Amino acid sequence: MKIGVLALQGDFAEHIIMLKSLGVETAEVRLAEQLDGLNGLIIPGGESTTIGKLATDFGLMGPLRQFGQRQAVWGTCAGAIFLSKDVSREQPLLGLMDIKVARNAFGRQVDSFEADLDISELKQATGTDEAFHAVFIRAPIIESVSADAKILASLSDGRIVAAQQGHFLATSFHPELTGDSRFHQYFLSLID
Amino acid sequence: MEQQTGTFAVKKGLAQMLKGGVIMDVVTPEHARIAEDAGASAVMALERVPADIRAQGGVARMSDPDLIEKIMATVTIPVMAKCRIGHFVEAQILEALGVDYIDESEVLTPADEAHHINKHEFKIPFVCGCRNLGEALRRVGEGAAMIRTKGEAGTGDVVEAVRHARAVMGAIRSLTTMADEELMAYAKEIGAPYELIKETKELGRMPVVNFAAGGVATPADAALMMQLGVDGVFVGSGIFKSGDPARRAAAIVKAVTHYQDASILAEVSRDLGEPMVGRNISTMPEVEKIAGRGW
Repeated sequence: MKIGVLALQGDFAEHIIMLKSLGVETAEVRLAEQLDGLNGLIIPGGESTTIGKLATDFGLMGPLRQFGQRQAVWGTCAGAIFLSKDVSREQPLLGLMDIKVARNAFGRQVDSFEADLDISELKQATGTDEAFHAVFIRAPIIESVSADAKILASLSDGRIVAAQQGHFLATSFHPELTGDSRFHQYFLSLID
Repeated sequence: MEQQTGTFAVKKGLAQMLKGGVIMDVVTPEHARIAEDAGASAVMALERVPADIRAQGGVARMSDPDLIEKIMATVTIPVMAKCRIGHFVEAQILEALGVDYIDESEVLTPADEAHHINKHEFKIPFVCGCRNLGEALRRVGEGAAMIRTKGEAGTGDVVEAVRHARAVMGAIRSLTTMADEELMAYAKEIGAPYELIKETKELGRMPVVNFAAGGVATPADAALMMQLGVDGVFVGSGIFKSGDPARRAAAIVKAVTHYQDASILAEVSRDLGEPMVGRNISTMPEVEKIAGRGW
């Protein structure tokens, strides 16, 4: 199995380290042809406006949308924004996932935080019982999900921070910044 | 579920999100908009770019909070702002404004010639400059969550940025081959905290994100710094002191992403208009150099 990580900007190296620790072959994706032969793609954290601009300028929008028709795609933070259909402002979006996202929903950096999340799908898929320690950096929230997208994780106040729709995953936090690889394992389990 | 803010993980984490990106100096909200549209991953809000600070002289201080707030209101990307070395009250003010990162910067006139700010006390993360690994790890020891090599700001001459990046990367390379019993002597020699020396050896890299700064003026300069091993670049005077800032800014962003692809670098280097005029560092009097500020 070979998983690509979109390497236009952001913390793609952290995802690659995590995937390698799980024994997965990886590839950095900066150009459309680098999507060939991949079994899945992670869109990392970073700045969604930067990633969107570079994806547009280097002709990646169409190829990424086509890739998503067949293969699993997971977006963390900026990646989740980029996967969504609607962020209530003009910026390039893949629109692969039927979710509405609000950027910087918790405020500025001073409001960035860590919190434990109780994610039953993750526990079931990995046969573990511990909460998932999540790092939120100027994080977005998922405001709403469509009928066939399901909520994976919410904060105690009910705000949605992870969702899944078929082979698409969106998390507003950064599993790649923790030592916990369970979310990466969960993503790999979506790939057949 | 308890939420913890201001942890080192979230401070360092924001710098990790900026990796592979370009942080641009901006002096007006209009500049900030141009930078964001060009693909900047963050902006540095300040009253004068380093080239103008050099030209005009005088004491360079923290920018007007009004200007910083206007820039914060203009863009959705992170906004950084500079305080003077050791001026912890300027830092407190910047924290009160809610900027996303504070640059304790040698570009401004130092307020303390012996001590840097105790950055652990703040919820806002700090980035600090360095010329070598010892200086970098002293700043991390004080709580910096991000490092940038200093270069020589406001010159458009990349030579000092290269010198400092090579010094840091070379030191890390030799550190990785040292025996553990050699680490304390090395920590003493370069004046860095032992625990951070040990951590750097184990990681094979700086324990926080490391950008390059000071003298980057072209897409090729930016890609050069990336190939030398930094995580991203700051561009100060190089963009808004050039003939066509929007075009140059976008080209430098592309060069940082595709830093290993010479054919793309050739493409983005075309027809960018006049670069900033620049100052040749080899003929610059010592007293005019600012990289030596920092202890």
